[in-house]
Amino acid sequence: MLSIKNLRAKIDNKEILKGLNLNINPGEVHAIMGPNGSGKSTLSNILTGKKGYEIEGEVTFEKEDLLKLEPEERAHKGIFLAFQYPLEIPGVNTNIFLKTSINAIKKARGEKELDAIEFLKLIKKKSADLKFDEKILSRQLNVGFSGGEKKKNEILQMSILNPKLAILDETDSGLDIDALRVVSEGVNTLRNQNNAFLIITHYQRLLDYVIPDYVHVLKNGQIIKSGGPELAKNLEKLGYKDFN
Amino acid sequence: MNSIEKNIDNLKDYKYGFITDIENIRAPKGLNEDTIKFISNIKKEPKWMLDFRIKAFERLKLLKEPNWQKPKFPKIDYQDLYYYSAPKSMDDKPKSLDELDPKLLETYKKLGIPLQEQARLNGIAIDAVFDSVSVATTFKEELIKQGIIFCSMSEAIQKHSELVRKYLGSVIPITDHFYATLNSAVFTDGSFVYIPEGIRCPMELSTYFRINASETGQFERTLIIADKGSYVSYLEGCTAPMRDKNQLHAANVELIALDDAEIKYSTVQNWYPGDKNGKGGIYNFVTKRGLCKGKNSKISWTQVETGSAITWKYPSCILKGDNSVGEFYSIAITNNYQMADTGTKMIHLGKNTRSKIISKGISAGNSDMMYRGLVDISARADNSRNFTQCDSLLMGNKCGAHTIPYIKNKNSKSKIEHEATTSKISDEQLYYCKQRGLNSEEAISLIVNGFCKEVLQQLPMEFAVEAQKLVGISLEGSVG
Ligand SMILES: Nc1ncnc2c1ncn2[C@@H]1O[C@H](COP(=O)(O)OP(=O)(O)OP(=O)(O)O)[C@@H](O)[C@H]1O
Ligand SMILES: [Mg+2]
Repeated sequence: MLSIKNLRAKIDNKEILKGLNLNINPGEVHAIMGPNGSGKSTLSNILTGKKGYEIEGEVTFEKEDLLKLEPEERAHKGIFLAFQYPLEIPGVNTNIFLKTSINAIKKARGEKELDAIEFLKLIKKKSADLKFDEKILSRQLNVGFSGGEKKKNEILQMSILNPKLAILDETDSGLDIDALRVVSEGVNTLRNQNNAFLIITHYQRLLDYVIPDYVHVLKNGQIIKSGGPELAKNLEKLGYKDFN
Repeated sequence: MNSIEKNIDNLKDYKYGFITDIENIRAPKGLNEDTIKFISNIKKEPKWMLDFRIKAFERLKLLKEPNWQKPKFPKIDYQDLYYYSAPKSMDDKPKSLDELDPKLLETYKKLGIPLQEQARLNGIAIDAVFDSVSVATTFKEELIKQGIIFCSMSEAIQKHSELVRKYLGSVIPITDHFYATLNSAVFTDGSFVYIPEGIRCPMELSTYFRINASETGQFERTLIIADKGSYVSYLEGCTAPMRDKNQLHAANVELIALDDAEIKYSTVQNWYPGDKNGKGGIYNFVTKRGLCKGKNSKISWTQVETGSAITWKYPSCILKGDNSVGEFYSIAITNNYQMADTGTKMIHLGKNTRSKIISKGISAGNSDMMYRGLVDISARADNSRNFTQCDSLLMGNKCGAHTIPYIKNKNSKSKIEHEATTSKISDEQLYYCKQRGLNSEEAISLIVNGFCKEVLQQLPMEFAVEAQKLVGISLEGSVG
């Protein structure tokens, strides 16, 4: 589904990704761990088309060159990023944002857009599943949301948009124990043979709930080690020091 | 929201920029007594009207153009302008829409205002002003059955002379300031509205101003009188062809609300803004003033200003009657090289008067936006209140936004509150929206419409959707 070959990325002449390789097939869950500043968010930004990087290498998504697509085109193709730091957009009602988003994607795919009632039904169900207080949805997007509420809002959007490839950038950071469980269930419910997840995390505890197929260690702009779920457990014990 | 997205694609350019090829009658170029007599004569005005004009002209000779505004522009050569231009076909005074020059009908159709169809739809009556003349007014007959007068200013001067004579210049005196005085001398047409005592006007009244002829100034004059206990909602819209040279539109609009009356005046201003490099466009120098003359009266201005090379106007309320209310809701958008210096004045004279100002300024490209406002509470205006909220939104690093609120409170029992914010649409925000499937235009439209929601809600329903679209379109191309 996603294939990254020898990806290099520079910003302001600073090389951040230094030859990264990764393959993700449908049905797989990959976890990426790595020290602060190692380039994890940079990788998610590049996969979703954020501007400002000098990029070399090859990235294909469902056999198509991903790097030449605009961010919104990638979203239309089913790539979703749960942001490490979700943006606040004053004045924009969260419900309206969600509706605009899902309908923009449906329109791009030539599907029928949701009317107000269909949307309301969907949002009611999904927020109940995620134990998300619906009242929050009538507020301005992420404005004044607590850290945890912002993260849950990202997961709510993910479950509404039902992406093919979901990238979760430290979604678990800042969640309380109950919220962590609910978010994990959210991921597990969506998880199926046709979609894939790339989960960036610093902590093993999320991976207790969402069992990954692969764990990768990203350090210094490269994946220096890959393995199964046990790799994450070792990391938790040893830290990154000894990985080289 | 949907309509914004659907329509954004097929409305990329200024789509009102066409020119109607029509034969005109013009006054000879130049600002002088002969021109004024020409205008007065061709409109068959009574002598008092000509005297009014001449008096204003005499006064004008003593006045200088103001120069304190933020947008600067090359000196206007007033002798090199036409002050009157009207389609020749209007000579024969068409009695109905069927007799109107098909070219004019076609023009309004292209502008999205099919007069003939509109005349059959209920809900909105239209006065169509083309350069210096009103070419048609719909629903006149239906309205007059309730005593409501809705007609062109020229017709009102002839047929409702007493009302016009009593109120014209009563809110904007001919001595006011350069552009207002110029207008008093050479104004050509506009709308006249009178709502009799106790009548609630059953439909929206609106005027559509079109500039067509080149090298011609448009000097609109509108007068709206709401008698005791009456209500009217009025809306004006305007467009002009794309031309390399700047053109002047200098209007005077006077509103008078008597006891317990309410006037709601909305503007959707979409004059040609000039091209991407700032060439051409309308100079929109307008004096709009409302007098809450009676007790418990209310005047509310709502404006959506997206067009013009320079917008320079302060729709104001003089709150003379006790308990009267003034409101100003504004969205002003500047893009490319547009400039705006706009805001309002709320003059509290009566007791328990209240005013509210909600201003949303959006600047993009290389444009410059100024909010300038005055709240003046006089010593007699006990227990008066003002609330002002002034928000600016910037897009990019090359545009400017400024806020100058002048506050004068001479009454210790009265209170003024002022809030202001400045924010910026960041690339991060846009990226976030795009990651959720929205393209640049959809994202900006969503953010900007969210920003101006409070003002858009004030517009009559029929126009709110149009205005929303316009807001999106005006900012098109402002991000990469
Ligand atoms: N615009 C920029 N200019 C220079 N350096 C940058 C820029 N943006 C990011 N970086 C640097 O790139 C490196 C990688 O950042 P990135 O956000 O990808 O790290 P991360 O692995 O996600 O870290 P964390 O675990 O703290 O979230 C960091 O050292 C960061 O300071
Ligand atoms: Mg990060």
